[in-house]
Amino acid sequence: MQKISQKSIHKYLRHDKKFPHVWCPGCSNGIVLGAVIRAIAELDLKKDNIAMVSGIGCSSRMPVYADFNTLHSLHGRAIAYATGVKMYKPEMDVVVITGDGDATAIGGNHFIHAARRNIDLTVILINNYIYGMTGGQYSPTTPHGDKATTTPYGNIDPTFDICKLAIGAGATFVARTSAYHAVETQSFIKQAFKHKGFSLVEIISACPVIYGRLNKKGDAPTMMKQMKDDVIPIKQYEKLSPEQRVNKQTRGIFINDTEKMEYTLAYQELIDSLKVPKGDSNE
Amino acid sequence: MNKEIFKKEIRLSGSGGQGLITAGIILAKAAVLDKVRVTQTQSYGPESRGGASRADVIISNDEFYYPEAVNFDVLLALTQEACEKYSKNLKDSGILIADTTNVKDIVHLEAKVYELPFTEIAMKKLGTILPTNILSLAFLVKITGVVSESSLKTAVCDFVKPQFKKMNLKAIKIGFKLASEEIIS
Amino acid sequence: MSNNKTNPKTILMQGNEAIARGALAAGLDFFAGYPITPSTEIAEICSVELPKFGGKFIQMEDEIASISAIIGASLAGAKTMTATSGPGYSLMTEGIGFAKMTETPCVVVNVMRGGPSTGLPTKPSQSDIMQARWGNHGDAPAIALYPNSVSESYELSIRAMNLAEKYRTCVVLLSDEVLGHMREPIELPDLSQVKIVRRITPTKPPEWYQHYPDNPKYPMPKASFGEGYRFHVTGLSHDSKGFPTNRADETKILMDRLRNKIAYHIDDIVQIENYQMQDAKIAIFAAGISSRAAKEAVMMARKRGIKVGMMRPLTIWPFPDAAVRKFLGDKKAIIVPELNEGQLSLELKRVMGGIWNYEIRKTKKIEEIHRTDGLLITPDQILKSIMEVK
Repeated sequence: MQKISQKSIHKYLRHDKKFPHVWCPGCSNGIVLGAVIRAIAELDLKKDNIAMVSGIGCSSRMPVYADFNTLHSLHGRAIAYATGVKMYKPEMDVVVITGDGDATAIGGNHFIHAARRNIDLTVILINNYIYGMTGGQYSPTTPHGDKATTTPYGNIDPTFDICKLAIGAGATFVARTSAYHAVETQSFIKQAFKHKGFSLVEIISACPVIYGRLNKKGDAPTMMKQMKDDVIPIKQYEKLSPEQRVNKQTRGIFINDTEKMEYTLAYQELIDSLKVPKGDSNE
Repeated sequence: MNKEIFKKEIRLSGSGGQGLITAGIILAKAAVLDKVRVTQTQSYGPESRGGASRADVIISNDEFYYPEAVNFDVLLALTQEACEKYSKNLKDSGILIADTTNVKDIVHLEAKVYELPFTEIAMKKLGTILPTNILSLAFLVKITGVVSESSLKTAVCDFVKPQFKKMNLKAIKIGFKLASEEIIS
Repeated sequence: MSNNKTNPKTILMQGNEAIARGALAAGLDFFAGYPITPSTEIAEICSVELPKFGGKFIQMEDEIASISAIIGASLAGAKTMTATSGPGYSLMTEGIGFAKMTETPCVVVNVMRGGPSTGLPTKPSQSDIMQARWGNHGDAPAIALYPNSVSESYELSIRAMNLAEKYRTCVVLLSDEVLGHMREPIELPDLSQVKIVRRITPTKPPEWYQHYPDNPKYPMPKASFGEGYRFHVTGLSHDSKGFPTNRADETKILMDRLRNKIAYHIDDIVQIENYQMQDAKIAIFAAGISSRAAKEAVMMARKRGIKVGMMRPLTIWPFPDAAVRKFLGDKKAIIVPELNEGQLSLELKRVMGGIWNYEIRKTKKIEEIHRTDGLLITPDQILKSIMEVK
């Protein structure tokens, strides 16, 4: 892993009146922002050529701090906005910052269809199991039995496995890790950027102020330790008995398919196939 | 060129799948070739087969604005339902052309009525009922003179796929011939 | 409508096709849409034509995705359009508000069909007139145009694209089922003669660039993603650089600009047609497809010696307040035929002195003809009203 200095990270942030950020103490979003920027710095991607698109929610506030072409769009729609950007300017690196509610509840349809198209978007999904910005309502990933302001008696909803959802929909790079595993987060994001096609990196994250407090998960360091213990490598998980697997999450790269045609390339091929020879204009 | 002001409201009616909207478009294209004013509208249900379907074509050499036919100068009816529904709005001086393959019962009308089994004729002479729309349209054009015969031919050739050109030109020929026989008799 | 001219370029065209061709003539290079009757032909034609010259077409998973994708593409530099009908427009309204708030040019076509809800997909309606004005939440002015013929569909499609660029906003182009599916001769202009508002890119260095200048000139310059300006776009209230703000003074500047860029340019945006209005004692106020019946009714009434005229707004929003006062203020009676339950007439009454203003109601009769059964208002129906109010 290449070492990216703190100083060089600053080159990628907006300093004019954007800080301090809106995130609560102990929130994992800052770790993810750092990982995204380190990955970009490692790959030496040009700031002008990066479009960072988000929806609505805590994680979706990220673009305003980053010195790229940034679009803070509507709740659930980040991937649809990003699809427009990428289709028109396929040469740009388009990264989507989204959350569990934004991407899999209100934006679930856009999420699966972008995966199906295999359009070259790098989707960073920060999964904190809760709607934080609105004060702690349950999301499609809130674990069964957990408390949220709208599940006062415990959550009865089954949950989404976001990575399986993405794979089923046709995504070609799917990985999961946790914000505790910051180096792995950076590495997965880097690989996701390099991947040509729809890539998803799900990052399990800590929301101590809202989700943690509602569910007595302890303070930020305790939640970090929990992620360290509970988010385990795929191989390690496979060795566990069904009882041992309860409350465990896998981390690792689930799929890395480089064969499937990327969508904007397919469209470019279509354009090229329609090019009429000179003198035979299609008036 | 005839300087007299004219305005013809034509309704082509029947059921979905009989190609009436196609016939309407072709008639309107022929009118464009004749360099007169024309508006073509249509009404249809959600079904592409069955269900009421109609195409209106208004042709005039003067200004007009309302796009749908209200009181028809010419009504082509390929089904009993369409014939019943629309013949009451046919002008007394108008012309009804009914396909007796499907239209069995025509109420008494002041208008001139032509009754021919277009669908049967198409089946018998062309081996398919598909060009019934063009066959009956050719008949209509020859009888009414709303567009020139040559423009109709050009419009048909422009519109249909190359592989169907021959068949449709044949249908036009049959339609014209049937009309000539009617005019003589 | 054209006639008696030997022009090889006169062809028969459908209203929806004219909208697509007009947009292409105005420089459309990105279209995202979702199938819906009676607008689908617009998407179909764009899917055929755009890739031929390197433009892009995409069928999205729904109307929300469609409006989102065109806004994204517009921010990346494309000239964009989507087309839908009432139900789809309802889904798009949040995105339309975003486009207006972030001052991102785009055109939304609404080929109106009978409603509410699924309603009458294959029948005409004019019941989204108010939705075109108030569809999105929050205060944001609207620009909406409404042609009444195939050739005007072409012209106003170009105009909609141009106004979207000039004022950096979402422009709504209204049509209806009959107009959209109707075929008429159209004389296509030489493309080199079509007036196009090109996107003006900033000349300032990036660090001085304001995506939202306090006192903009129109056409309003706009940088695009990937050109070195790295600006921020948000639906939150924002400052001149696009960054979120809660400050009252900065929010006021934003809201004032959104309102005033339309309000101060009414003369540039509003278009009306007056037909036989000079000596008219009675006026018909009608738009879109209903104006076709109205014109016919004027001709019929004039043959009977009744002095009737017609005023038609081609620009529905902003509403032509001044023109309405000027040309309709002295009429004995005004007839408003529309395929809804009184949307244009409500606005007309607002301008003419208020719905409850007894004085106005006494001196100026406003006769409304509503129709929401899926059929057009006929010239005879309007003529009957003329005979009643004369």
